[in-house]
Amino acid sequence: MKKIYLDNAATTPAHPDVVLAMQPYFSDKFGNPSSIHAFGQETRSAVEAAREKVARLIGSSVEEVVFTSGGTESDNFALEGVAFANEGKGKHIVTSKIEHHAVLECCEFLKKRGFEITYLPVDQYGLVDPQQVKKAITDQTILVSIMHANNEIGTVEPIAEIAKIVKEKGVYFHTDAVQTTGHLPIDVKELGVDLLSLSAHKFYGPKGVGALYIKKGAKLVSFLHGGGQERGRRASTENVPGIVGLGAACALAQVSKVAPLRDKLMQGILSRIPETRLNGHPTLRLPNNLNVSIKYVEGESLLLNLDLQGIAASTGSACTSGSLDPSHVLLAIGLPHEEAHGSLRFTLGQATTEEDIDYVLEALPPIVQKLRSMSPLYKGAK
Amino acid sequence: MAQPYSDKVMDHFMHPRNVGEMENPDGVGKVGNPICGDIMEMYIKVKDNTIVDAKFKTFGCGAAIATSSMATELVKGKPIEEALKLTNKAVAEALGGLPAVKMHCSVLAEEAFKAAVNDYLIKTTGKGLPDFKPHDEPLTEHGH
Ligand code: FES
Repeated sequence: MKKIYLDNAATTPAHPDVVLAMQPYFSDKFGNPSSIHAFGQETRSAVEAAREKVARLIGSSVEEVVFTSGGTESDNFALEGVAFANEGKGKHIVTSKIEHHAVLECCEFLKKRGFEITYLPVDQYGLVDPQQVKKAITDQTILVSIMHANNEIGTVEPIAEIAKIVKEKGVYFHTDAVQTTGHLPIDVKELGVDLLSLSAHKFYGPKGVGALYIKKGAKLVSFLHGGGQERGRRASTENVPGIVGLGAACALAQVSKVAPLRDKLMQGILSRIPETRLNGHPTLRLPNNLNVSIKYVEGESLLLNLDLQGIAASTGSACTSGSLDPSHVLLAIGLPHEEAHGSLRFTLGQATTEEDIDYVLEALPPIVQKLRSMSPLYKGAK
Repeated sequence: MAQPYSDKVMDHFMHPRNVGEMENPDGVGKVGNPICGDIMEMYIKVKDNTIVDAKFKTFGCGAAIATSSMATELVKGKPIEEALKLTNKAVAEALGGLPAVKMHCSVLAEEAFKAAVNDYLIKTTGKGLPDFKPHDEPLTEHGH
């Protein structure tokens, strides 16, 4: 059976060259980078070479790159790091309602520790309004965190514009760039951010490794306490193979070229299946992301049917979320419950072909028709 | 491919029995799942106190569709009194079990059937099931 992977926002396969680059660092070159001997120096220089590659990709200096275990840690590090180092100045944080759980749950944690959080709404396309950010900042605000692009609906936020406002107010600005790094051009200076999270496995690197860009001079408390690794920012012996893999993925990163295929899939679905809608912004969106709502059907049922035909996608349906709540992002852009329920996300990757798209466009309409014929909400047919 | 469901669940999900609407049903049950917000409708035909036919329509996950299908199979041909003994656990068991997070979906099937019987009893005797209280929160107002 055909196997078509359209869930690249969840994770991507590591590029063969990435795996090749990592291989020597498991057994051959295994030294601890903190050791003074040759074994250690060999891996130390590998770690530093990887740091340079990350810095080059995002336009930072090498000292500003701290390796982490991935996107969630980078987000937690940024938020908690700034919060606990600056609580003397104020205890207010501004973020949006559509952030990744790694940011939202971290905010909830900080709330329990006495911080005040403002969750900004978004418009129907998922855009944060920079003017609302401006209004939300008080003299107690120490941090603003707005994602670069949303992982569910793909909307790309006006980060540079927001950064200008935040900077004027003298507040730290963090962006979660886990969905954009390695796919869109990123330059931390152009974006104007103080902190930026990225994760290797979202752009053909290995799982379990990421980085946090910390602008020179930014005050954060250390994330892990122990040895002096990462200039004291994050203790723990470096994940050398992972870090080398991240560096390799950064060096290989190319601006995503899948937008035309994505558009074909979008037009195909919207024109072949009645009562469907695009979620997210029509143009200000990730090139690889398509999110549609298919009325009268539920997402898990769609996914199971697609899976049986070899197609991997994802949904914002309550039935597949551990909490049994529909996607907070889809609710935030104003979708009624049942349309959030019937949402499908396809995220394309480097390996996606036109045949894959044609295959999905053949497979999906009959699945929808079958599920609609079973749905009590669908009055179109008996 | 590794589905979270048993083969039996997948069979009833992909090939649901008794799906669709019914002409002139004797009883109709409509219930909403208060947990995830899905809904189910069940229709029954009754003759001489026996469920002679049952059909359903479901907007919900794989487990919801499979349990509706199985529930209709289990009640068909049974006297009302016996069919009312149907529990969500029995439906889940007949399907070879459900993942723990999906047990609430089987409650929907049990309740949809009871709601249909309740409707039938009200129509024919003027009195419904003694302690019947279905969840019927509309989709948009669920919370937990
Ligand atoms: S009906 Fe929603 S989880 Fe089963």
